[in-house]
Amino acid sequence: MHLDARHSENPPLAQKQVYDNIAECELLASSSVIDEKNYQTDFIVPGMHCISCIRSLENNIGKLPFVSQVRANLSLKKVSVVWRKGAGNISKIDHTISDAGFEHSLFDLANTADVHSDNSSKNLLIALAVAGFAAVNIMLLSISVWAGADGETAKLFHLISGVIAVPAVLFSGRPFYHSALSALKAKRLNMDVPISLAVLMALGMSIYESMVGGREAYFDAAVTLLFFLLIGRYLDNLMREKARNSVVQLSRLSAKGATLVSKNASTSYIGLNEIQPDMVLRIKPGERVAVDGVVIKGRSDMDRSLVTGESVPVVVKTGSQVEAGTMNLTGLIDIRVLRDASHSFLAEITRLMEAAENGRGRFTRIADKMAQIYAPAVHLLAALAFIGWMIVTGGDWHLSVYVAISVLIITCPCALGLAVPVVHVIGARRLFKEGILIRDGSGFERLEEVDRIMFDKTGTLTNGRPKVKASTIGEDSQAGIAKALAVNSSHPFSRAVADYLTQPQSGVVENIEEVPGAGVEGWVNGTLARLGEINWVKEIACVENRNDQLSATGLGFALAGSPIARFDIDEELRSEAPETITELTRTGIALEIISGDSSDRVTKVAQQLGVSEFRYGQSPTDKIERINQVQMAGDKVLMVGDGLNDSPALAAAHVSIAPADACDIARQSADFVFTRQSLLAVPFTLKIAKRTGRLVRQNFALAIAYNSVAIPFAMAGYITPLIAAIAMSASSIVVVANSMRLNAGGGIGKTTDTKTGNLSMDKLNSNQKTVVEQA
Amino acid sequence: MNNLLILIPIALGLGALGLAAFIWSLKSNQYEDMDGAAQRILDDDDAP
Repeated sequence: MHLDARHSENPPLAQKQVYDNIAECELLASSSVIDEKNYQTDFIVPGMHCISCIRSLENNIGKLPFVSQVRANLSLKKVSVVWRKGAGNISKIDHTISDAGFEHSLFDLANTADVHSDNSSKNLLIALAVAGFAAVNIMLLSISVWAGADGETAKLFHLISGVIAVPAVLFSGRPFYHSALSALKAKRLNMDVPISLAVLMALGMSIYESMVGGREAYFDAAVTLLFFLLIGRYLDNLMREKARNSVVQLSRLSAKGATLVSKNASTSYIGLNEIQPDMVLRIKPGERVAVDGVVIKGRSDMDRSLVTGESVPVVVKTGSQVEAGTMNLTGLIDIRVLRDASHSFLAEITRLMEAAENGRGRFTRIADKMAQIYAPAVHLLAALAFIGWMIVTGGDWHLSVYVAISVLIITCPCALGLAVPVVHVIGARRLFKEGILIRDGSGFERLEEVDRIMFDKTGTLTNGRPKVKASTIGEDSQAGIAKALAVNSSHPFSRAVADYLTQPQSGVVENIEEVPGAGVEGWVNGTLARLGEINWVKEIACVENRNDQLSATGLGFALAGSPIARFDIDEELRSEAPETITELTRTGIALEIISGDSSDRVTKVAQQLGVSEFRYGQSPTDKIERINQVQMAGDKVLMVGDGLNDSPALAAAHVSIAPADACDIARQSADFVFTRQSLLAVPFTLKIAKRTGRLVRQNFALAIAYNSVAIPFAMAGYITPLIAAIAMSASSIVVVANSMRLNAGGGIGKTTDTKTGNLSMDKLNSNQKTVVEQA
Repeated sequence: MNNLLILIPIALGLGALGLAAFIWSLKSNQYEDMDGAAQRILDDDDAP
């Protein structure tokens, strides 16, 4: 990539200026306290991939005097540093990682939710191990009993089984008991209620049978049930954790503070929370504005694409307003703060999103829907069996209870517990191979119902980068000069020109200077050369030449007194966007473009792609309203978007997809994130979701078919522990085998883009990198 | 019967040993970084 090439010309400068942004107070804010003296800070280092990376990070950081412990984790691409408070400037840790040549960002340890979930997965694994151990040993003993051990031997075996089973069931079953209890407290029924009931009653009955020397005990059934169900539970948990980790890794260096200019003109770095209205902040080129404000000094171009979706940078000068989240591209500006961070445009977006997300809470997962029908039915059947046997046997309560419990055990939703998670995990793995991350299994269920897709334009259908479509530039010498000017500017248009010109840059250009809001100028042997806004270039050029049909949004280039050469600039469509639209149209889903950009740009893209429905100039609130209006009419909306302005819409829509280079908030509110460039990820995800849904329903059908065969036998009293064990395992195996069918079929159609997440990481950081380099 | 009295405790004991070893390794974070562990073993540059 050209950006990398340029990066390598001058790496120390680039890295220093970008990464020094993480200041001491910011480090402190995201550290966790271990004890009085020791603090822990975690860094995400996406570029770590081999033993020498681990070595250099651990050795270099470990040499710092105040660091007591450092450990690099290659799987999570994370470095944990434990340091002593007050022993030195901790931002040195940050510098050390930069100096070792690694891009990095802070991992917010203050966010305790992640720590908690880490433990929950570990606890589930321990419960699974205990249940596995118990299940294997008890099964061994049970088989001996079924094979014909009798008398004292059978009694002894039941006793040993009981000794193993009681602690195992009490310990390993806790996740289910907790969930069942909280459901009952809320006066609801979920799958965990019949599970807990069956397991505990099987255990209780078996203990009683062993005590009175009965022939049969269900210890194996109780423990095996738990074992199978815990596998499902663990897989579900694992998937969510993996997705969350991957999303955190993509996290972008965002503004967590700003440079304060005090009355005596000295500068200091302050955290986001300390910013007060009327403070004066200095925004360097390449920095994101942290709060809303008014420019009081300087002139620059601002990239507002995260805020408005508008891809063309906007010129700001004294008196212009700037919103939090916009990025300063070219000049140094000072702003006076209008509102503190909690009242900024960003905070407003967050509030809109929270309101929108409440609406989505109404969705009930298919497993819960099943439970609402299944659980009462099972309990009713067991009760009927008990009453029936009481009447038939004339009050033999022992036999009646025995049969009722057999019914509960045989109908325990073991296969149902596996039906959903196994399919979702396999589906998530299929997507992961194609660079798509899923945040929650219910995303599959919601995506399947979609009947209208709304696309944002900038950064979603287009890749948000301008591209030169045509140019009238003539000889190589001129092109060389233009290129020399272009590579010295960070403005996206200049970068587009630099990409377009293949000629080597001319070495004779001197005193190159960027004029914010206009362009770049330089001197060639005493002659002024300008590359920039057409009218500005016209000032020095001689006359307009023949190419008037080139669009007015383009750039001009001229040497003083020479004719103007023009560059026609256009947005580039994301790779395979047309194929994506064609494929989606074929599925019969309604398509719509909903963008904050101007009318002519949206119309042009819509025509290029053949999408007939489009809306332009939409504010975040307009987008939510449009989605709500459509959803009110009964359509389920899939929103595909990347900007800050799309985030509330992503949260409001039934289900949402965002590219990995989307802004943080958009990524966090999306259900799916795709890390490769191709937009074909959208139809592929849709296809997998459809197949996932079909398999889940098949699994339910299989599980219910098995139950409807087994229940009559159980109610008639013909079920023995042996039959229960065989039936249970068989139904689970059938369900898992059926789920495996999801692995069949190819990946994303014609994806030639074999690079994975790294590609987007490059793109993600390159924006900021090049900006600073050239400044 | 006597054989069983010896063999069953041995079988259970070995199983329990394996279970305990697994739980210990899990709790001491040995599964935290599978990729890292695979790489670290190739590094014979022992720090002094």
